[in-house]
Amino acid sequence: MVAAVTNSAVLTMGRVESAGPSERERRWTALMEESLQGDASAYQQLLVLLTVALRNVVRSRARAAGLDAEDVVQEVLLALHLKRGTWIEGTPVAPWVAAIARNKIVDALRRRGQRIEIPIESVIESLWIDTTADEGQAHDLERLLGRLSERQREVVRTVSLEGYSAQEAAARLRMSEGAVRVTLHRSLKTLAAFFRAVPHED
Amino acid sequence: MKTETLIRLLAADNTQPVTPIGRSLAAAFTMGGSVSVLLFVLTMHPRADITAALYTPRFVSKLLICLSLAGAAAILLIRAARPLPSRRLSIIAIPLLLLIVAIVIELSVMPASTWLPRLIGRNARHCLSLIPLLSLAPAASVLIALTRGAPLRPALAGAAAGLVAGGFGAVLYGLTCPDDSPLFVGTWYTLAIGAVATASAWVGNRLLRW
Repeated sequence: MVAAVTNSAVLTMGRVESAGPSERERRWTALMEESLQGDASAYQQLLVLLTVALRNVVRSRARAAGLDAEDVVQEVLLALHLKRGTWIEGTPVAPWVAAIARNKIVDALRRRGQRIEIPIESVIESLWIDTTADEGQAHDLERLLGRLSERQREVVRTVSLEGYSAQEAAARLRMSEGAVRVTLHRSLKTLAAFFRAVPHED
Repeated sequence: MKTETLIRLLAADNTQPVTPIGRSLAAAFTMGGSVSVLLFVLTMHPRADITAALYTPRFVSKLLICLSLAGAAAILLIRAARPLPSRRLSIIAIPLLLLIVAIVIELSVMPASTWLPRLIGRNARHCLSLIPLLSLAPAASVLIALTRGAPLRPALAGAAAGLVAGGFGAVLYGLTCPDDSPLFVGTWYTLAIGAVATASAWVGNRLLRW
């Protein structure tokens, strides 16, 4: 079992990180490679770093459309997660992240009835911005959770408390570890589908 | 839900190595392709003169054109399965160019009076039904694997899946089909493979949004 890194510690690393693009790219690539080997701790670090960068990408574009930026950030994170198999080892991480973020931002805006063009280069540029925006309010995910089945909600809630040790979650839920993993994965896929299908409400 | 909580959930779902999309697609094609080969072995047979045909330029060019289509489409497929804008989609022009060259040679060596009979051939109806039939399993399996991808253009990814499957189905069918003229291939094979690609693009456009 990989040693758990507490979220607050990782968040601090994200905040103090102010390296240039190439340094950042190297760090993202290294973490991405470890993540795809199934390293949950490296993956968690990567997602925290990406979240900081994604807020800069999403903020201005979402606000202009009257969307809550954090909702879009979460939707992008979910998409990055489910599609992480489309990153190819040895290729830069930033353009791949930007491509998925761009697709999701355009999607979110389209659901609001706005069609806009977002050049991918401008998204990559925003990824390198050096400010750290605060976490905004997110509403969508909480609401969409309510539409999962009882069992899925239970697993999601327990895992979100216990972190990635599915063992503990399994023991608490009296399920097998495998069943917890499968249910969690299906829940995440379902949530992503909900995001796609439901227009954002005010 | 706090983003921090979401991240913890996502990390909890990342405890196993992740299969790269290229490998998923290759595995799916191998599976679907095997079903087609089995179907071919069980219900069809290579033409009787296949050994002699292997020494004729028309038969060989027919297979090469279909193989090059499957190969070029496979490269297109892997690019189209990713979210990044893909360059050099024009690779798909290679089999088309080969076909055009073959047609031009055919037209220049054969008298005009033979063109139409060669184009119509003997087995157009078989060609139009058996190529889609032999493409069905690989097209379906690759489309399902593509749902793990993140295509920038879902219809294009679907079309690429159809071209891979159609090219492969055409190679199999080509082993039993007695019509080798590039005029026949350019008409009926193209129609059959085009139908597979169109249907697959239609499915892809609906199935592959993410």
